[in-house]
Amino acid sequence: MSSNSKETFIHPQDVELGFMDHAHHGDHGHDEHGGHHHKETFITKYIFSQDHKMISKQYLLTAVIMAFFAMAMSLIFRLQLGWPETKWAFLESIIGHHGKDGKLSPDFYLALVTIHGTIMVFFVLTGGLSGTFSNLLIPLQVGARDMASGFLNMLSYWFFFLSCAVMTMSVFIEAGPASGGWTVYPPLSALPQAMPGSGLGMTMWLVSMVLFIASSLLGGINYVCTIINMRTKGMSMTRMPLTIWAFLITAILGILSFPVLFAAALLLLFDRSMGTSFYLSDIFIGGAPLDAAGGSPILYQHLFWFLGHPEVYIVLLPALGLASEVISTQSRKPIFGYKAMIGSMLVIAFLSFIVWGHHMFITGMNPFLGSVFVFTTLLVAIPSAVKVFNYIATIWKANISYSPAMLFALGLVSFFISGGLTGIILGDSALDINIHDTYFVVAHFHIVMGSSAIFGMLAGVYHWFPRMYGRMLNKRLGYLHFWVTIICVYGVFFPMHFVGLAGVPRRYYANTAYAGFDGVIDINELISVFAIAAGLAQLIFAVNFFYSMYRGPKASQNPWNSNTLEWTAPVEHLHGNWPGAIPVVHRWAYDYSKPGADEDYIPQTVPYIETKNSNLPGEE
Amino acid sequence: MTSLLVFIVLILATITIVRLVRVLELVNELRGEEEPVTNTDNKFNSRMMLVFLFVGLLGMLYFTLDAKKYLLPVSASKHGVETDALLDINFALIIVVFVITQILLFWYGFKYRGDKNRRAYFYPDNHKLEFIWTIIPTIVLASLIVYGLKVWNAIVAPAPADAQVVQVYGKQFNWIVRYAGEDNKLGKSNYRLIGDGNELGVDTNDVAARDDKFIADTMHIQVGSKILFVFNARDVIHSAYFPHLRTQMNCVPGMNTQFYCEPTITTDSMRAITGDANFNYVLLCNKICGAAHYNMKMILKVDSKEQYQEWYKSTAQYVITRPEAAPIADPAVTAPIDSAEGKTAVVSLPVKQGLLR
Repeated sequence: MSSNSKETFIHPQDVELGFMDHAHHGDHGHDEHGGHHHKETFITKYIFSQDHKMISKQYLLTAVIMAFFAMAMSLIFRLQLGWPETKWAFLESIIGHHGKDGKLSPDFYLALVTIHGTIMVFFVLTGGLSGTFSNLLIPLQVGARDMASGFLNMLSYWFFFLSCAVMTMSVFIEAGPASGGWTVYPPLSALPQAMPGSGLGMTMWLVSMVLFIASSLLGGINYVCTIINMRTKGMSMTRMPLTIWAFLITAILGILSFPVLFAAALLLLFDRSMGTSFYLSDIFIGGAPLDAAGGSPILYQHLFWFLGHPEVYIVLLPALGLASEVISTQSRKPIFGYKAMIGSMLVIAFLSFIVWGHHMFITGMNPFLGSVFVFTTLLVAIPSAVKVFNYIATIWKANISYSPAMLFALGLVSFFISGGLTGIILGDSALDINIHDTYFVVAHFHIVMGSSAIFGMLAGVYHWFPRMYGRMLNKRLGYLHFWVTIICVYGVFFPMHFVGLAGVPRRYYANTAYAGFDGVIDINELISVFAIAAGLAQLIFAVNFFYSMYRGPKASQNPWNSNTLEWTAPVEHLHGNWPGAIPVVHRWAYDYSKPGADEDYIPQTVPYIETKNSNLPGEE
Repeated sequence: MTSLLVFIVLILATITIVRLVRVLELVNELRGEEEPVTNTDNKFNSRMMLVFLFVGLLGMLYFTLDAKKYLLPVSASKHGVETDALLDINFALIIVVFVITQILLFWYGFKYRGDKNRRAYFYPDNHKLEFIWTIIPTIVLASLIVYGLKVWNAIVAPAPADAQVVQVYGKQFNWIVRYAGEDNKLGKSNYRLIGDGNELGVDTNDVAARDDKFIADTMHIQVGSKILFVFNARDVIHSAYFPHLRTQMNCVPGMNTQFYCEPTITTDSMRAITGDANFNYVLLCNKICGAAHYNMKMILKVDSKEQYQEWYKSTAQYVITRPEAAPIADPAVTAPIDSAEGKTAVVSLPVKQGLLR
């Protein structure tokens, strides 16, 4: 296993960037190159850093803070839903006039629901998940010194930060933030007369989203360029770890779909402040008819969901990629059906662009169009099923090493199954008629997209924490965190399906108006108890995270005995990742437990010539 | 005071966890563990996988049996019977797949727990197996698609010509229902004509509007009748949701949507079926529309023929109460006409509107 430095390979990017092996180019005498840190100030190192590893940590920290913020919001509205009659004295000290006398106001309830969704979908699961792990793993796993453009990468983070800041600020303005649901459908979101949240709060939502889209595109272009152009010698596309495939496909989805959301947001901005009527027509509100004529609110929905559905996979694919890597490594087994895994991700990505109409079956869309979307939507189940079966086949006859990351990755598979299956019901237009916009939908997407993706992200954090901070997270707290969380997630979202099947609409402040829903209060109380427990369990993670960052036991270079390239780089972070030449790749990433090999893993840097006993036919 | 207490509890909890981490680390140091994951960890977690599987599945089974009482009663519309059957078949299928795959996942998780003295079985792929588990879901899904689309096409097929036209009109935050009357034609309406006494903006000059009737409290329809609901909205998108009729359609400003439905069970019969003497059908708003979204509902009564005719004659009101009403005013110049009831006149300034928004 000592082949890392046997072969030297001068990569073109090394020449460009000035990274040369000292052995070859010692006479240059550039101290800052080849394994030595740049002389950096606090600002260039920690704030306006252009190093992908630091940017990744910035993304992660921002996302963790935003996630706790959004989770706290969900707990506040769960208090309202679980105990609609109770007054919570402490609410007033947290949310001020919105919680007068300990009672959450209906307006602010909608605001909380909206901002919870927005933050979780965009800032945590899109920005946070892709931003953290694409940045950390793409250069390290393909064998590159850094991203294609460190500067754009830095800009990407700071746009993300600004966007988070604007969204967070909007929560604290007098009239409250955007409140029309995270999809902000006009006319509700276009007309300040319709609700208080559609004033300044909505403007800030749109500004934040525009900044976010800029960040996402800067990041995405960088990821694609790095993966396509900067792979090390030997790293062919079919030798890339599945994480990289997932990040590549995700970035392409983002580049193709986010501009459409940008267009939707821009037109909405025009309708709101410049008197256009792209989305407005025939409206009488606030005691007066509006001039707007000829627009269609449904146009917005088409534009929104053209992003919105690929967005689901922008959230999910990186999580699946991380899980694939973790499951294979900790099962000590190659991922089953590597090529089928890539193929199914490509098929899912393609289909994700032609299914958006399933969010709109009952908008009055042409029923024939509805049929087409039913067809394409249910097709998504095929590649998804292949992925699930491949995961199960991977752990069959495995030798599972239960790191906390492995638990979270298996949790992801469990959620992906549970939530994916209810998707078959929702994707059927005839069934959607009666469960559209009920709690059944809320339960479905919180399991398949929310919880799976969060579990994928947590698996990633537990697995790559040593790579990020050079220290280990405490595994026993990790086990506690996992078991409490998975129990609570099922405890929250399994019963929620029944609330939906009882016909209870989502985004209802209380279910008191109709006596038929009185029974549901029992389920809602149960859900809220589990939700609060889940929230508390995340404190375990927070403490573990921040404590271990400074005080955790020091990590070894390759703590999980993994094959991929990121573990060949030294524990201490270097600008340029590897002190000497960039490692050369000789095999795929999944040679675990190969018969005849000395150990149960063979890193990608080991040439076949050194592993004669374990080579399969054709490998030499 | 309470918030202070909550704050203190959180601080104490954090300190406890930090101390716990420290203790766990010291234990590790004493034991001299080197591997990041030990056989003991694998044993513990694999057993937990098994416990979670069984307790979880039993818990779900128990909850499902218990939660039956919350579900919607039998469908009160003709097409709802079809969608309920489709739903049952879907559920039967996904429950089977759910149970099998979760058992495999957690059982393998238990069975193949790590052991430092063992090697995993190197098994990178098997094309035959992959082909099988691609083709089986394809066949199953194809049949679900065909069955689902058959039901869908029957529901959205054009309504019979003799279907009774009923308009459901959404506004913040209540519903108005208009019946098309003897001619079964809704009179024209225009949002610029909306004013006190003309909530629907009905064109009073349109002959078809003369026999239109409306109500704004309790909606009545006749059992066994054919009803073509026509939906629209005045201000923002609403969604007309009749959970018991398995009927839902968005109400969109500036466009008419529709849904054809045949109610099959009267309110009285449904009270007998559910054993609840106070049971009522309901029309809910199911698209977020503002602060009182959760209060936007209307009780629906499905009547027998006699009940319905009696109600229609005595309670529903004609939309045109003043046949001699003023002709359509030019909305760009005149504010909507206010009624004589002394309410504040609604003054609109159409020119400035775009700027004020």
